[in-house]
Amino acid sequence: RSGEEEEEEEEGVYQLYPGHIPTSPLQKALLTAGSAFMALYDPYRHDMVAVLGETTGCLALPNLRDKMKNHPEGYRILQERPRIRLSTLDMARLQGLPDGSLGREYVRFLEDNKVSPDTRMPPKFVDDEELAYVIQRYREVHDLMHTLLGMPTNMLGEVVVKWFEAIQTGLPMCVLGAAFGPVRLSTRKLQVLATELVPWAIRSGRNASCVLNIYYEQRWEQPVESLREEIGIFPPP
Amino acid sequence: AAAGLCPCRVLLARRGGALRALGGSVRGLAAGPETHFGFQTVTEAERREKIYQVFESVAEKYDIMNDSMTLGIHRVWKDILVHKMNPSPGTLLLDVAGGTGDIAFRFINYVRSVRERQLQQKLRHHQNLSWQEISESYQEDKSNSLGDSQVVVCDINREMLRVGKQKAQHLGYCEGLSWVLGNAEELPFDDDKFDVYTIAFGIRNVTRIDLALQEAYRVLKPGGRFLCLEFSHVSNPLLSRLYDLYSFQVIPVLGEVIAGDWKSYQYLVESIRRFPPQEELKAMIEDAGFVKVDYENLNLGIVAIHSGFKL
Repeated sequence: RSGEEEEEEEEGVYQLYPGHIPTSPLQKALLTAGSAFMALYDPYRHDMVAVLGETTGCLALPNLRDKMKNHPEGYRILQERPRIRLSTLDMARLQGLPDGSLGREYVRFLEDNKVSPDTRMPPKFVDDEELAYVIQRYREVHDLMHTLLGMPTNMLGEVVVKWFEAIQTGLPMCVLGAAFGPVRLSTRKLQVLATELVPWAIRSGRNASCVLNIYYEQRWEQPVESLREEIGIFPPP
Repeated sequence: AAAGLCPCRVLLARRGGALRALGGSVRGLAAGPETHFGFQTVTEAERREKIYQVFESVAEKYDIMNDSMTLGIHRVWKDILVHKMNPSPGTLLLDVAGGTGDIAFRFINYVRSVRERQLQQKLRHHQNLSWQEISESYQEDKSNSLGDSQVVVCDINREMLRVGKQKAQHLGYCEGLSWVLGNAEELPFDDDKFDVYTIAFGIRNVTRIDLALQEAYRVLKPGGRFLCLEFSHVSNPLLSRLYDLYSFQVIPVLGEVIAGDWKSYQYLVESIRRFPPQEELKAMIEDAGFVKVDYENLNLGIVAIHSGFKL
C-alpha cells in the first residue's frame, strides 16, 4: 500500500521491519519506566509487558540469538523463521494426534485456557531485524512453555513460567515479572510458589538446554515427556 | 543526541517530499491532490481516512491523554476561550470538532452562572413585590436556567461523539445540548444560524482549512463571532527547543504507555508543526470574509486563540 511505502521511505534508513518504530535512547528510557509502571498498575496491559521486554532486551536478545546461531536446530529456525499462528497450524491434525504428544497437549492447553497464539504482539522497539524475530519467536513459544511445564494461564502459572524463562533467556522483563508477579498472589499460593514451584522452575531452567533451539513445528508427534527429557525439564510437581 | 532524531526526520521528510511530489503528480491526477499527514505526504482522501482512524482509535483515552500531555493545562486554555467568548444567556453556539464536549460543557456552565447572577439581580429589584408574585417568578425562571442558550456539538467522528454523549450523561448535562455528526468542510446547517462558532484543537485536523473557514462564515449570523483555539508556533528559541524535545521525545511515549498508541500521538506532534503559524492563519480567516481578525498567544505561542467577526 502506498501509505506504508511512504512511511518506510519517510523513516529512510530507520524502519527495519514492518511495524518497527525507531526510538532514541531517551525515548527507550522513558518507555522502560512508563511500561514498567503501567504493567504493574494495570495487569491487563499485556502490551506494556511486551514493550518492557523490547526496550530492556538489548543484552539478552543478542545472547539468545547467538545461542541459536551456534546450535544446528536453532540455526535452522533463524534461517527459516517459522511463525506459530492459527493460519499456519493445522489444528485438525494436531487434535488428531495421540494423547501425550506435544501437538495434542498444546491444543488441549489452548482450549482449556481459552487462548490463541495470534494474540502475541509484534515487536516495535527492537532496533535489529533479526533480534526482532528472536523476541517474536520467544513470545510465540511461550504457550509451548506452558504446555511443557504443565502450568495454566492463571497468575500462579504465569509466574512459574516467568521464573523458568528468566533463567533460560536472561530477559530483564522475565526477571521483573518473576520478581514482581507474586505481589498479587494470596499467601497460600505464595507458599506453594516458594517451596515447590519456583525451586523446580529454577532447577529445570538451569538444567535445560535453550528452549528456543527446538523446532517445535517439526516435533508435534513427539510425546511431551520425551521432549521434556530431551530438553532437560524435570517433571512438574 | 536525543533531540537529534527530530531534525533528521524533518530533513528526510523535506527531501523525500520533493521527490515524491514529482512522482506523485502523475499518480495525483488519478488519486487527488497531495497534502500532508504529519510529516508524510498523502492524497487528500488518504489524509481524511487516516485522521478519522486516529480519532477513532484515541477517542476513549482522549481526555486522559490531554491531561497527561499538557499536565492539565489544556483545561485552562479552554476556560480562557470561553471567558473570551463571554456568552450571554440566549446565545446559540456551534462547537465544531467538539468531540468529547469540553467547550460545550464550559459554555453551559458559563451561561448558567451568568443566568443565575441575572436572576439574583432581578430578585433584588423585586423586593417590593408581593410574596405570591415572587414565588410565581421563581417558577418561570427555574425552568429556564440556561436562558434559552443552546450549543450544538458537531464532529465528523462517531467515536468522539459517542464518548462526548457518554460524558454528558455522566456529568449531568442534558438541556441546551445537541450532538450532530458533520464535516467542518461541509456543515449540515443553514446559512446565518449561529451567534458563535468555535473550533478548539480541531482545525488542525481539517484537510481543507479554507473550506472550513468559508463554512464557518456561512453558518454564522451577521454580527456572529468566529473563535479558534489551536496549537500554534513558538518564536522564542529556547522555549521552542524545549517544546520540540518534549513533543517528540515524551508525547509519543505517553501515547504508547497510556493509550497503547504511539502512532496517533506521533501524528499529533507532527501535525502541530505542519499547521500554519499565527499570521498565516489570520490571513486565511480574513480571506474567508471575517473582519476585525485578531489573535492572542497563550503560553508564548504554544497555543493561540484567533477571533473574527462576520458583518
